[in-house]
Amino acid sequence: MSTHSQDVEQLVKREYKYGFSTDIDQEILPPGLNEDVIRAISAKKHEPEFMLNWRLEAYRHWLTMKEPSWAHVHYPKIDYQAVSYYAAPKSDDDAPKSLDEVDPKLLETYEKLGIPLHERARLAGVAVDAVFDSVSVTTTFKEKLGEAGVIFCSFSEAVHNHPELVQKYLGTVVPSGDNYFAALNAAVFSDGSFVYIPKGVRCPMELSTYFRINAMDTGQFERTLIIAEEGSHVSYLEGCTAPQRDRNQLHAAVVELIALDDAEIKYSTVQNWYPGDEEGKGGIYNFVTKRGECRGRNSKISWTQVEAGSAITWKYPSCVLLGDNSVGEFYSVAVGNNMQQIDSGTKMIHVGKNTRSTIISKGISAGRANNAYRGLVKILGGAEGARNYTQCDSLLLGDRCGAHTYPYIEVKNPSAQVEHEATTSKIGDDQIFYLKQRGISEEDAVNMIVNGFCKEVFGELPMEFAVEAQALLAVSLEGAVG
Amino acid sequence: MLKINNLQARVEAAEILKGIDLEVKAGEVHAIMGPNGSGKSTLCQVLGGRDGYEVTGGTVEFMGKDLFELEPEERAREGILLGFQYPVEIPGVKNIYLLKEAYNAQRKHRGEPEADTFQFLKLVREKLKTMQMDESFLHRAVNVGFSGGEKKRNEILQMLVLEPKLALLDETDSGLDIDALKVVSEGVNRLRSQDRAIVLVTHYQRLLSHIEPDFVHVLSDGRIIKSGDKTLAHELERNGYHGIIEEAA
Repeated sequence: MSTHSQDVEQLVKREYKYGFSTDIDQEILPPGLNEDVIRAISAKKHEPEFMLNWRLEAYRHWLTMKEPSWAHVHYPKIDYQAVSYYAAPKSDDDAPKSLDEVDPKLLETYEKLGIPLHERARLAGVAVDAVFDSVSVTTTFKEKLGEAGVIFCSFSEAVHNHPELVQKYLGTVVPSGDNYFAALNAAVFSDGSFVYIPKGVRCPMELSTYFRINAMDTGQFERTLIIAEEGSHVSYLEGCTAPQRDRNQLHAAVVELIALDDAEIKYSTVQNWYPGDEEGKGGIYNFVTKRGECRGRNSKISWTQVEAGSAITWKYPSCVLLGDNSVGEFYSVAVGNNMQQIDSGTKMIHVGKNTRSTIISKGISAGRANNAYRGLVKILGGAEGARNYTQCDSLLLGDRCGAHTYPYIEVKNPSAQVEHEATTSKIGDDQIFYLKQRGISEEDAVNMIVNGFCKEVFGELPMEFAVEAQALLAVSLEGAVG
Repeated sequence: MLKINNLQARVEAAEILKGIDLEVKAGEVHAIMGPNGSGKSTLCQVLGGRDGYEVTGGTVEFMGKDLFELEPEERAREGILLGFQYPVEIPGVKNIYLLKEAYNAQRKHRGEPEADTFQFLKLVREKLKTMQMDESFLHRAVNVGFSGGEKKRNEILQMLVLEPKLALLDETDSGLDIDALKVVSEGVNRLRSQDRAIVLVTHYQRLLSHIEPDFVHVLSDGRIIKSGDKTLAHELERNGYHGIIEEAA
């Protein structure tokens, strides 16, 4: 893991460890950001005119913006001119040829997480050809989706094959100038996922980035757009419990979800980027903008996240409830150990009548980690009969970590009901002793208590993810007590 | 089974146990009685292995092993169960889950295969019946929202499932009404057998009319000042601790 212990500048200067999709030339742009760089990125991706213009507009806006400083996180100033915004795919020459060449410590972690054997090689960055035939899996998968009329592809492919959809929806939920990191993403984003579910279609399977080739390699500035047409339904899984290695320290992703009348989108994330070492050296800065719009009546968007990795997490998956009777949900487990910093939460913006939202946030802090919940519930004047329920619980392990809660509530309609409950608790010595006295080891006792604490959120995850998430928490909190 | 020899222990600066000698053999039921602050609970915590209780002298042997060489969870797996005076609440963790984990931890320790859910449920249902507990208890979070009596029943339920060699019951009778006391006593009596031992720690004689002890010990100021058979408990009931303490002095 030596590549992670270097500082930001050195890290961002390096070439990508993983490449993007295959149509990219073997070339690296020199570090720095200006309009020529953006033109070059767009040209290399053979993008249509509208994409270039959109990127340039975002860039010009970005230049006028200031990096936000309100979050409860601290990090050295990022030199955006020291970053290379376009790099060719990593060649497989320096990749390990087999699992025998991979750091045994990493393999041990995979073992603990119960990652299937055939996946371990891919995650460890073993040269793809040597791994397994992912192409056939993907082909079957694509055929099945094709029959249902579902489009699931990389963002670059979507720009070429479905430009009308991209042009219609891109940036309509998170505008290019929405915030500092979103603007940067819009200007330079490399790739990501695109999902389109046609009217009345229930997507026949969970869409997981796992099935999209190169999905793991979308790197620094990822962009995801999901559109659910009237009466459609989709469940999307992002990320992986396995520790993901990446040489890029700054990650600024954007996710946009659009749900039309009676449509439902369920978006689940398990994030386990490298958190840095025990002293907080290295580790990913995960500055993400995720937002969903319930545009149609009776539509529903549900975010579930398990955030375990990254040195810094800055992330507020939000729902804008425009359609009458629409529903927004946010279920989150955020765990920080050692020197990790987390400032995460959600925004629920109630615009339509009888809109409902639920927020269940579980923050766990261990080591010297700081974990902040920041949430906004906003009920606009027209949101007759809107309701929100927020439950925000913090669990502390040890006495050097911190838990912070910043709830913001704005209500402009007198018929609205907003409930907020918050608790902070510590894993008690008496709880640990009680369980030990029943023959349960200290480590298992901590896991039992932590999993009990997170149960409501894990219950929202797809089954196999839930099992992995429990194992992930156990690994993340290893050595946190005792 | 349990040999306590001149045990001394302190909590922070305060010396609480000042030299306890006690031998408990398989098949026996011992009652330890004494006024508040005499060291009854401290003795239980020390035997359970709780942090913060410092052993300053003496030895304790359990089944031929040096007890202080064992971690609390190892003591439990070896067959010591401490029934808590104040059972601890564990939000989000179902009772059945704790029972099963604890049960399997013991089995694993003995080199036996873990019980499957079906077998285990059958076993637990039987024990629930003894404790006159509804099955819904299994799906509630451990002790959360339980009344005082329910918590104590739950302790005995765990004991019946885990079948310890040595049960140390710390004021299991406190806070119980007469009906609950009967149920709890019935549970404890079920566990009595030739190869097990029970140590009851209590203030009151009333528990001992339901669970008849073979030996009664009076603990005062960190020492056992008098031992006898069950008639000693009646004597205590009549004369109070005061009389016995004065007599011993």
